[in-house]
Amino acid sequence: MSALLEVEELQVSFGGRTAAVRGASFRVEKGETHCLVGESGCGKSVTALAVMSLLARGGQRSAKRMRFAGTDLMSLSDREMVRLRGNRIAMIFQEPMTSLNPAFTIGSQMAEVMTRHKGGTRAAALDRAAELMGRVGITAPGMRLGQFPHQLSGGLRQRVMIAMALMCDPELLIADEPTTALDVTVQAQILRLLAGLKRELGLSILLITHDLGIVARVADHVSVMYAGEVVERAPTAELFRAPQHPYTRGLLSCVPVPGRVQRDRPLGSIPGVVPAIGPGFAGCAFRSRCAHADETCTRTIPRRRAANAHDYLCRLEPDWAELQPA
Amino acid sequence: MTAAIEVENLRCEFRVHTGLMSAEKRVVAVDDVTFSVPAGSVLGIVGESGCGKSTLARLILGLLKPTGGGVLVDGKRLFDLDRKARARLIQPVFQDPFASLNPRRRIKDIVALPLAAQGTFSRAEIERRVGNILERVGLSAAMGERMPAQLSGGQRQRAAIARALVLEPRIVICDEPTSALDVSVQAQILNLLADLRRDLGLTYLFISHNLAVVEHVASEVAVMYLGRFVERNETDALFRTPRHPYTQALLQSVLTPEPGKGVPDIGLGDVMPDPSNIPPGCRFNPRCRIAVERCRHETPAPMVRQPRGMVECHLA
Repeated sequence: MSALLEVEELQVSFGGRTAAVRGASFRVEKGETHCLVGESGCGKSVTALAVMSLLARGGQRSAKRMRFAGTDLMSLSDREMVRLRGNRIAMIFQEPMTSLNPAFTIGSQMAEVMTRHKGGTRAAALDRAAELMGRVGITAPGMRLGQFPHQLSGGLRQRVMIAMALMCDPELLIADEPTTALDVTVQAQILRLLAGLKRELGLSILLITHDLGIVARVADHVSVMYAGEVVERAPTAELFRAPQHPYTRGLLSCVPVPGRVQRDRPLGSIPGVVPAIGPGFAGCAFRSRCAHADETCTRTIPRRRAANAHDYLCRLEPDWAELQPA
Repeated sequence: MTAAIEVENLRCEFRVHTGLMSAEKRVVAVDDVTFSVPAGSVLGIVGESGCGKSTLARLILGLLKPTGGGVLVDGKRLFDLDRKARARLIQPVFQDPFASLNPRRRIKDIVALPLAAQGTFSRAEIERRVGNILERVGLSAAMGERMPAQLSGGQRQRAAIARALVLEPRIVICDEPTSALDVSVQAQILNLLADLRRDLGLTYLFISHNLAVVEHVASEVAVMYLGRFVERNETDALFRTPRHPYTQALLQSVLTPEPGKGVPDIGLGDVMPDPSNIPPGCRFNPRCRIAVERCRHETPAPMVRQPRGMVECHLA
């Protein structure tokens, strides 16, 4: 397999004080869904924004390597990046209402994407919009094109965002928490749609989520992020079968699984909170919450290999399950 | 078992103006809801956004006036009580602990407010009770001196729980108490709520859209759709044998962390429920997979299935 997006040792800081991403590395292979999973503040959204060169003012990025389909993203000018965004790399965000302009019809917003990047007539762009709306399961696309964002339900708005993202036949879709604002029933429908698009259009998806249920059901590969680092990477089945990093294991134990609930027993939880990480922080960022931490955790942590394509950042040897908390 | 809370034929209508020329619309947000919750147990209420679950919470808290029906708490008619008496019986914990805590007051003052508002507690007594409850929810005395913005989301939700419990109410209405929190913190808060209920003999109404969370905390679950309970049962029975097609779809849509299973096709269609335009017959029929002709014009009556089970469906 060849990587469509390669990110190596990405660093993002804001104003030199907050280290939001600290050496994150991952690869999105062609035609696969790669999930970045982690809790709020772990740097997963900032990572996506850094890839797109959309960091907020004051945000600075550096990377050993950041390539999209063979192009070095770090060396692109702003103008070249604009040509790529919304065209070969498309994005959808959590709250479709804030990503759509309330003052313009759905049709004109969708058509603009096409005429801006690919040229052509507005009529042709509207035809393409109608076709894609049908593709993402919107009935009566003709009527919807003339409507304004507020006239659509949340699920419909997210479908519109997906259709809009597909206007220019992107190779990579970056989806940041695309279903978090939606009801579970609608969430299932949207995720099914994304899975179908990946299969039929050969789309690669970088999906950012905090929800391990979503990860399990749609991802091919997973990168678990904590405090700006990718602490574990693995193929999905492997990650859920044999998680290695104490944080990954903790996270999995926190999720109540329907049908396997033991009501008289407390849920697993991770004590404490994510520490504030400044520049120059050394060692494992999880050590203050980890039952297995010892003095070596303040030094540089090795990246260990657990299996093929499965590695993690921890002092512990693979399959340390038998170890008792220190 | 005695009922801590009894809700009878509770109904809430809103009148909405949709435009200058269009007629006034009637939105029935809560439509003739009846239930009781035994003391010391947890009733989970699940449903999609707009189904009326938060309106129901606001009615029971006395924040909204019902169009009809009543609520009995401890055998007392809730709407006959004044605010102070109501506050001693029933307290809320809301979703967003940042929005529900005054950003300009210290945590210990926020937690003390319900006591101070009663006007019957001495300053020393207030201080003693606040100190106790902060400790009980896992906040140090130092945390009490801080402002809400200096606390993490989980700590803020602990403060909101302390404020709800400081008057020692019988009933706590939890409206999406963990939806704004990360999973690792959500687990801490759910465990805390479970401990408090057991130790203090509390009764919870637990509203959530997260079925896995509800299954973990509730002893009984009610499924709400367009303002009505369409199914209610003991938690295990409801999760094992859901009878209403809507309950079945909701349960199917839960994405358990099981790789390789893919995303289920729940077949609910795109027709979103609209409380201002409730369809005739069974209110779920436009989205129902198995609806027959009868469902389109005949409203199903609640059918009692098990000692405590109820379902509103012609085909269940």
